[in-house]
Amino acid sequence: MSALLTVEDLRVSFPTRTGLIEAVRGVSFTLGRERLGIVGESGSGKSQTGRAIMGLTAEHGVIDAKRLEFNGIDLLKASASERRALRGKRIAMILQDPKYSLNPVMTIGRQIVETLRAHEPVGKAEAKKRALDMLAAVQIRDPERVFDLYPHEVSGGMGQRAMIAMMLVAGPELLIADEPTSALDVTVQLDVLGILNRLVAERGMGLIFISHDLRLVSSFCDRVIVMYAGRIVEELPADKLSEAQHPYTRGLLNCMPQIGADRHPLPVLDRKPEWRT
Amino acid sequence: MTPALAVNGLSVVFDEFVALDDVSLSVAPGESYGLVGESGSGKSTLLRAVAGLAPVAEGTIEVDGAPLGKRRDKAFYRKVQMVFQDPYGSLHPRQTVDRLLLEPLAIHGFADTESRIVRALDEVGLGSGFRFRYSHQLSGGQRQRVAIARALILEPSILLLDEPTSALDASVQAEVLNLLEQLRADRRLTFVMVSHDLAVVTHMCDRLMVMQNGRAVEQLTSTDLAARNVTQDYTRGLLAASEGFRRAG
Repeated sequence: MSALLTVEDLRVSFPTRTGLIEAVRGVSFTLGRERLGIVGESGSGKSQTGRAIMGLTAEHGVIDAKRLEFNGIDLLKASASERRALRGKRIAMILQDPKYSLNPVMTIGRQIVETLRAHEPVGKAEAKKRALDMLAAVQIRDPERVFDLYPHEVSGGMGQRAMIAMMLVAGPELLIADEPTSALDVTVQLDVLGILNRLVAERGMGLIFISHDLRLVSSFCDRVIVMYAGRIVEELPADKLSEAQHPYTRGLLNCMPQIGADRHPLPVLDRKPEWRT
Repeated sequence: MTPALAVNGLSVVFDEFVALDDVSLSVAPGESYGLVGESGSGKSTLLRAVAGLAPVAEGTIEVDGAPLGKRRDKAFYRKVQMVFQDPYGSLHPRQTVDRLLLEPLAIHGFADTESRIVRALDEVGLGSGFRFRYSHQLSGGQRQRVAIARALILEPSILLLDEPTSALDASVQAEVLNLLEQLRADRRLTFVMVSHDLAVVTHMCDRLMVMQNGRAVEQLTSTDLAARNVTQDYTRGLLAASEGFRRAG
């Protein structure tokens, strides 16, 4: 099976007044039609990795890699318009908070139709029909009603479903989900993950799931990459999480409070300087 | 024994919307009490009503046996302090840590401000090197430590904690939770803590209340919760959800 995405020695850095900030420092992985989790804490470079693949790095950021290929397309050499054609059509991204990632002055339906018509030559009626089907596919009970609502009129869970609908309507091959459920309540979180899980499996998409929550990621993905300070410190199959070797991964797993475990005080992470290299 | 905090039949109404509906609880001195629920369950509203930040429509709140009036006096804030969720929003962006910590001392007319500020920073594990920094020069965990220092500088006996660690990374959360436990033991503080995370609440609190849609679903001890000794379906659902995602089939 050929890889959907190949990332080799990816580096993202930002020049600032006080020197170069290296957010991502040599990340390599390949992705097939599978679910890959990228886990790390704030500042680990996990989101910048996703943004670099999507082509959404801030303008002054510098991206460098030995290879950054999507389905045989060299993303580093692709022009802005080629990237634009890919974005939304073949690579899609779901962001953390639907309150900020949906357009507040457009109805949900219009936003989904806009995405679809930007990438495919379909008529208005056809586009609306497909948008409604997509809303139904993310288990929105009354698609006709939600189609005409504005983002502020729906709950967080509903907003995130609409976001998923919008991202999947053009039928992308790769979906990057950056903390898709962190802004949601736990029970809603599971519903949204269930929908995402089903759609990714049905459509045979590749998924990159970026999150700070190691346990959640391992229960959802096939393979997990753990990042620390811009580098990959460990890569392991999701079901082998308990056999993690790196002290950072083990520390992350350990420091979370658990129901029924009586550990006072909680073990804390003792960050070692050698983890950075 | 007089409870440190007693809430009886408390309701909070915003215009027509009932945010909190007839909730009662009682917290003993030195106890740690948790409030759990999803967004909109009224858990933060309850805390804010105690602090005088939400309009009480009905019911009474007593602190150390004395009922609270419509307005909170200075003596109340000597006794009860609050730590908010977002350390990015709760610290003044144009004041140094020193200025932030001085404010409550000045309001309450303390004389020995110098030594108190130094001690407060020391207690939350920030050296005096942080004293003249601005909040944007601190990490999230350090900011939350400053917020805790600011709450504790008046030596209150009751601390209201509104999701104190939910904006922090897991490893930083562990450090802040340990700090809070340490301070509670040292100063015999009473905690009322709000969180959406069942694991955090059972770790920190002796007893807890599960809330939904502004009402109390049930009150139980952390031991009962850990033993799955719950009576309400809603609590069971929350417990199941906190165990993470399960792939169907």
